[in-house]
Amino acid sequence: MRAFTYERASSIEAAAKAAASNPEAKFIAGGTNLLDLMKLEIETPTHLIDINSLGLDKIEPTSEGGLRIGALVRNTDLAAHERVRRDYGLVSRALLAGASGQLRNKATTAGNLLQRTRCPYFYDTNQPCNKRQPGSGCSAIGGFSRQHAITGTSEACIATHASDMAVAMRALDAVIETVKADGSRRSVPIADFHRLPGDTPEIETVLERGEFISAVVLPPPIGGRQIYRKVRDRASYAFALVSIGAVIQLDGTGRISVGGVAHKPWRIEQADAELPQGARATASILLADAHTTEQNRFKVDLVERTLGAIIAEARG
Amino acid sequence: MQFDTPATTNPIDNLKVVGQPIPRIDGQLKTTGRAMYAYEWHDPKVPYAYGYPVGAAIAKGRIKSMDVSAAKKAPGVLAVVTALEVGKLKKGKYNTANLFGGQEIQHYHQAIAVVVAETFEQARAAAALINVDYAEDKGSFDLKVAMETAVKPETGEPDSAVGDFDGAFKAAPVVLDQSYTTPDQSHSMMEPHASIAVWDGDKLTLWTSSQMIDWWRSDLATTLDIDKEKIHLMSPFIGGGFGGKLFLRADALLAAFGAKAAKRPVKVALPRPFVVNNTTHRPATIQRIRIGAERDGKITAIAHESWSGDLPGGGPETAVMQTRLLYGGENRMTAMRLATLDLPEGNAMRAPGEAPGLMALEIAIDEIAEKVGIDPIQFRIVNDTQVDPEKPERRFSHRDLVGCLKLGAARFGWTGRGRPGSKREGDWLIGTGVAAAFRNNLVLPSGARVRLDSEGVVTVETDMTDIGTGSYTIIAQTAAEMMGVTIDKVGVHLGDSRFPVSAGSGGQFGANSATSGVYAACVKLREGIAQKLGFNSEDVVFENGTVRFGNRSIALAEAAGPDGLVGEDTMKWGDLTKTHQQSTFGAHFVEVGVDAATGETRIRRMLAVCAAGRILNPVTARSQVIGAMTMGAGAALSEELAIDTRRGFFVNHDLAGYEVPVHADIPHQEVIFMDETDPMSSPMKAKGVGELGLCGVAAAIANAIYNATGVRVRHYPITLDKLIGGLPDIA
Amino acid sequence: MQGSIQLEISRRVLLISSAATIAVNGVVTRDAAAQAAGSQMNNTEVSFVVNAESRKLNVDNRTTLLDALREHLHLTGTKKGCDHGQCGACTVMVDGRRINSCLTLVVMHEGDEITTIEGLGQPGNLHPMQAAFIKHDGFQCGYCTPGQICSSVAMLEEIKANIPSHVTENLTAETKTTPTEIRERMSGNICRCGAYSNIVDAIAEVAGTKA
Repeated sequence: MRAFTYERASSIEAAAKAAASNPEAKFIAGGTNLLDLMKLEIETPTHLIDINSLGLDKIEPTSEGGLRIGALVRNTDLAAHERVRRDYGLVSRALLAGASGQLRNKATTAGNLLQRTRCPYFYDTNQPCNKRQPGSGCSAIGGFSRQHAITGTSEACIATHASDMAVAMRALDAVIETVKADGSRRSVPIADFHRLPGDTPEIETVLERGEFISAVVLPPPIGGRQIYRKVRDRASYAFALVSIGAVIQLDGTGRISVGGVAHKPWRIEQADAELPQGARATASILLADAHTTEQNRFKVDLVERTLGAIIAEARG
Repeated sequence: MQFDTPATTNPIDNLKVVGQPIPRIDGQLKTTGRAMYAYEWHDPKVPYAYGYPVGAAIAKGRIKSMDVSAAKKAPGVLAVVTALEVGKLKKGKYNTANLFGGQEIQHYHQAIAVVVAETFEQARAAAALINVDYAEDKGSFDLKVAMETAVKPETGEPDSAVGDFDGAFKAAPVVLDQSYTTPDQSHSMMEPHASIAVWDGDKLTLWTSSQMIDWWRSDLATTLDIDKEKIHLMSPFIGGGFGGKLFLRADALLAAFGAKAAKRPVKVALPRPFVVNNTTHRPATIQRIRIGAERDGKITAIAHESWSGDLPGGGPETAVMQTRLLYGGENRMTAMRLATLDLPEGNAMRAPGEAPGLMALEIAIDEIAEKVGIDPIQFRIVNDTQVDPEKPERRFSHRDLVGCLKLGAARFGWTGRGRPGSKREGDWLIGTGVAAAFRNNLVLPSGARVRLDSEGVVTVETDMTDIGTGSYTIIAQTAAEMMGVTIDKVGVHLGDSRFPVSAGSGGQFGANSATSGVYAACVKLREGIAQKLGFNSEDVVFENGTVRFGNRSIALAEAAGPDGLVGEDTMKWGDLTKTHQQSTFGAHFVEVGVDAATGETRIRRMLAVCAAGRILNPVTARSQVIGAMTMGAGAALSEELAIDTRRGFFVNHDLAGYEVPVHADIPHQEVIFMDETDPMSSPMKAKGVGELGLCGVAAAIANAIYNATGVRVRHYPITLDKLIGGLPDIA
Repeated sequence: MQGSIQLEISRRVLLISSAATIAVNGVVTRDAAAQAAGSQMNNTEVSFVVNAESRKLNVDNRTTLLDALREHLHLTGTKKGCDHGQCGACTVMVDGRRINSCLTLVVMHEGDEITTIEGLGQPGNLHPMQAAFIKHDGFQCGYCTPGQICSSVAMLEEIKANIPSHVTENLTAETKTTPTEIRERMSGNICRCGAYSNIVDAIAEVAGTKA
C-alpha cells in the first residue's frame, strides 16, 4: 500500500472540492473493496477523503412514492429497512446473498455499485490485465475463466461485475444521484451507469473524475413476486456463478436482471417481454450474443435453468 | 523404552483420566485470545522490525538482475536481502524446492527477497518497489500432458503385483475400467506461516508455526549453515497445519536473514495471496482403476494406477497405497508414475496418498457394486480381508471395517435407499452415499521429560506440537493417569526445541506416538520415585496423588522432596508394525440434496464410524473427525487450485478464490467410535484418527450425488457444471 | 493447568527480551524511529476506546484497525488470517457491530468504541460464549476462534434487532434463531479445522435454542 494523506470531509461540497484539487485522490466510505485493492497496489491513491461523516446514511421516501437511499447506507441497514423488506424485497434478498455479515455491516450502497471485478488476474499484479494496466492484455482469455463473463465481453476483458445488489437495482430501474467535482448534481439511470468493457475496461462507470454518488433512488414499488436467486459453489460467502433478480407479476409478465454473466448487471428489456413464454425464450434473448469459453460455457444453461426455477417458484 | 511386544495391562487401562471427555486444557487461552501464535510474541523492550517477502513473478527461469535501490531508499527501510545476495543455499532434507537463495526460479512466488522496515506498512510498500529482470524458461504445467513422459519413481515402492491381474481381469464376469481425477488442493490453514527471528551473536531464537520442531531445526541449521545447537525454536501454538507446516518454510529463513541484515529482531508472515504458490500443496492425480468381480461380488482382480507430478527431486502422491490393503482379491497390481511439473512443490496434505486415493477407489467400488447388482455396503463386506492381501502371512493387528459399516448403516438408516435419481423433495434431488475409510497407523520415536515438584505438580516437557489436534490435553491426561493425579495437577509445555524430541504432528502419528513417549517418561519417573522411597517399583501404585506400596502411602509432593524428581525417556518402536499390518478403519455415510435446476449440492447429513483403537479423549478425537469430514466436503464440492497452464501457477491463490467450506455448507455431524483397543499399536493401545476422518468422505459425497441424480462424476470437485447436463429438464 | 501454560508464556517472553536486548543494543525505539522515517503528513492522530479503555495513537494512515490492535496495542487476540476480508479471523465489534478489522483504517475510527476478544472475557472470567465454545469444543487450532466468538456474540444481537439473513424465509416476519440461521450468519468466519458443527452447538446453547 502506497503512502497517502488522509482527511475527513466535513461537507459534500468540501469533499467534491478536495477531490477536484487532487487527481490522485479517492473517496473512502466502507473501504471493504478499496483497502483490499490498495494493499495489493491495484489502487494507489495518494490522498483519501473520508466521506463517512457527510450524513449520507439515511433512507427517505421520495415524493413519487419511491425511496432515496443515501450513498453511505450500510448493506445491513438497507437490507433490514422496513420499507425495503416490504416493498423492495429483491434488494434485501440480493444484499443478503452477498458477502458476509461483517462485510455488510461496513460496505455501503455506493461502494457496492462501485466495487471492482473479482477476476483473479486483476488481483495478481504479476499478470497482464487490461483493466489494471491498460494495453497489457487479458490473461483470463485463454486462462482460468470459469467465473467470467459470457456476454457483453470484448477482446480486452471478460471480467464480471460482482455485485448482487446492483442486479436487483437494475431490475427495479434505480436511479443514481451524483455530485460532480464542481458541485453540480445529476441523475443517472442504473442501466447507463456501468459500462461494458470494450477497448477501455479500466473505465467501469460513467462517473467523472471527482464525481461521487450521493444517493440511489428506487422508483415507486412495482409489486410482484420478487425473487433473487444466487447460484454458487459454496452455500454462502461466495461470488455468484450466476445470479438472477426477478420481479414477476401475477400475469406472468415481469423483469429480470442477471449477475455473474457480464461486466454489468445484465438486463435486456426485450427479454423481459418473453417472460410469459418461459425460461428458454427469455434466456435465448438475454444471451443471444453469448461468447463463452470452454470453462464458462455452462453458464448459458445455468441461466436458463435458474430462470426456469424462478418462474416455477413465482407461479407456485 | 522399546515397544516390541503387544501391550498388556498397564496403568493407562485404569481410564480414570485417559479416555474421558475432558475439555481442552488450552481452551481458556484460545477462547480469550491469550494463546500466542508465532507472529504475536511481544516484549515491550524489544524494537521488532517487520519483514515483507517478495516472490518470483515467473514460474521457471532465473533472475537476471534485481534493482532494489528504490526499496532501500524508501521510508523506514532497514535492510533488503535478495536471493542473489544470499546466493545458493544448502537445501534442507525435507524440502524439494529451494526456499530462498540463488538466481534459479523453480516456481511461481518462490521467495526472492525480504524487505525489512520499521513498520509493516513501510516494509510492504517498499517490497513493491523492487524491480526484477527475469530470463523465463518454458515449463511443464499440465499433468495431462506431462503424464505421457512420467517415470517410475526411484524411491519407495511404486509398484506392486500379486497373481495374474491381466488374466483374471479378462476372465472376470463383471468388470470396471475407469479413470478418475483429483485436483491440486491447498491446506489453507487459518494462520499463515509466520516467524520471528532474534539473533544473539551466532545464536538464533525463532518463534514459528511448525508441526515438526526437530525437522525444522535441522533443516534451518542446514540452510543457514550453522550448528543445530545454536538454534532455539519455539512453536507452542500453531494456527492449523494439515501438512503445510511439516517442513521448514520461507518465512523462517526470511526472518533469519532479515534479522541478521537489519541487526534487529524481525517478524515475517506470509501474506495470504502468497501462501498458495509459495508453499506446498496436495498434488493432483490422474487415476485408473480396474476391478474384476464374480457375480457374487467377490473381487478377483484389482488394479490401481496413479499419475501425479512434482518438481524435479520430488515424489509421487501415493494414491494407490490403500488399494494394496483395503480389499481382498487374489490378482492385483498397483503402480505410481511421477511426471515433472514446474508448479510449486507438491507435498503432504492431511492423509497424503489415501485422501485422493480413496476419492477414486471408493467411487470405483460404488460403481462395481452397482454393476454386480449388490448393495455397496454388502460388496465391501464380501471383500473384507483380515490379512494383508499382498502378503497373506501378515495379519491386521485389529480390523473392524465390517463393524463400522454395519453399525453405520443401522444408525444412518441405510435401508430403503432408492435407485439413482429416484428420490425428490420439492426442488431437491435426494441421495445417500457410503464409502470406507482407511488409513495406516504410523508411529515415530517420541521423547518426553516429566517433572514432579515439591507441590505434587507434574509437568511434561516435549517438543510435540498441538496444531489443534488436542495434544496438550491428551498428554496431560496420559501423565495424570500414569502418575495417579487429577488433570489440574498436570502442566504441559510443548513445541520447544529445548525439550526432548517427539514424533511431532503429522501422518496421524502424533497422538499415539507422543502419548507413548509421555508414558515412557512417566514409567521412568515412577521408577525414580519408587527407588527414592526404597519401594519395589513393580508393585507400586500411583493413585489419588499418592504413591502406595503395600500399606504405606506417601503423598507425591512429599515423595518428590524439595528438589523434585525428573523422568525422561523416548518411546522407540520394535517390529510389530512389520509383523502386523496396523491400520485404522471407518465408514462414512452422507445424504445430499442436489438442486434439480441448478445442480448445486448441499450436504444434509454426515455420519462417520471410526475404528481407531483406544480413543484417548472422545471430545478432541471427535473434533478431529468432524474437522476432517468438513475438509472432505470441501474436497468433494469446491476445492481446486486452478492452474494457468500457460503461466504455470495456481490462479485462485487466496481464500476468496479457493473455496473451503463455510458454516452454511456443513450440517450437524455425527461421529461414532468403535469401542476397541489395539495392544499391537502402543502401550496406549490407541491409533491415529485425525486423517482417517478425511479418508473416503469425498467419495461418500460423490456416491450420494450419483444416487441423487444418476449422474456419475469422476472428476473432483463435483461442481454444478459437471452435473447440469444430466439433470431433469426444467419446464 | 491453565496457570501452567500461562507461566510458560511469561517465561518465554522474558527469554526473548534477554536475547534481544543484546541484539539491538543502541537502537532507538520503534515509535520514534518510525516517526523519523515516515512523513508526518502521512500520519494521523486518532482516539478511540478499546475494551472500555481510552486509547490514542499517532499512526501511519495505512494502518488497519487490525494492525493497530495487534502491533500497536498488542491485543493479539484478534487474528490476521487473510488481511483481505476473506476469512473473518479479524472480526471485532465497533460500536456493537461486527466488522472485519483488516478492511478498515484505524484513522477512520475516531471516537469509536471497539470490543475485541480480550474485552469479552478473560481466563477465569469467561463470557458465556467463550465458556460455551470450550464446553462444545467449538475450536481446534484456535486461530479463527476469537473471530468466531466476537462474530457470534454480535450476530445474536443482529437477530434480536430483527435483521434478516439470506435464509430468513419471511422478510417481514420476526427473525428467529435457528441452526440454519446461525450457519448462514456465521459463514463469514472460516474455520479450516472444521469445528462448524460444534460451533453451532455452542452458539445455540448461548442463544437458548436447540441445535
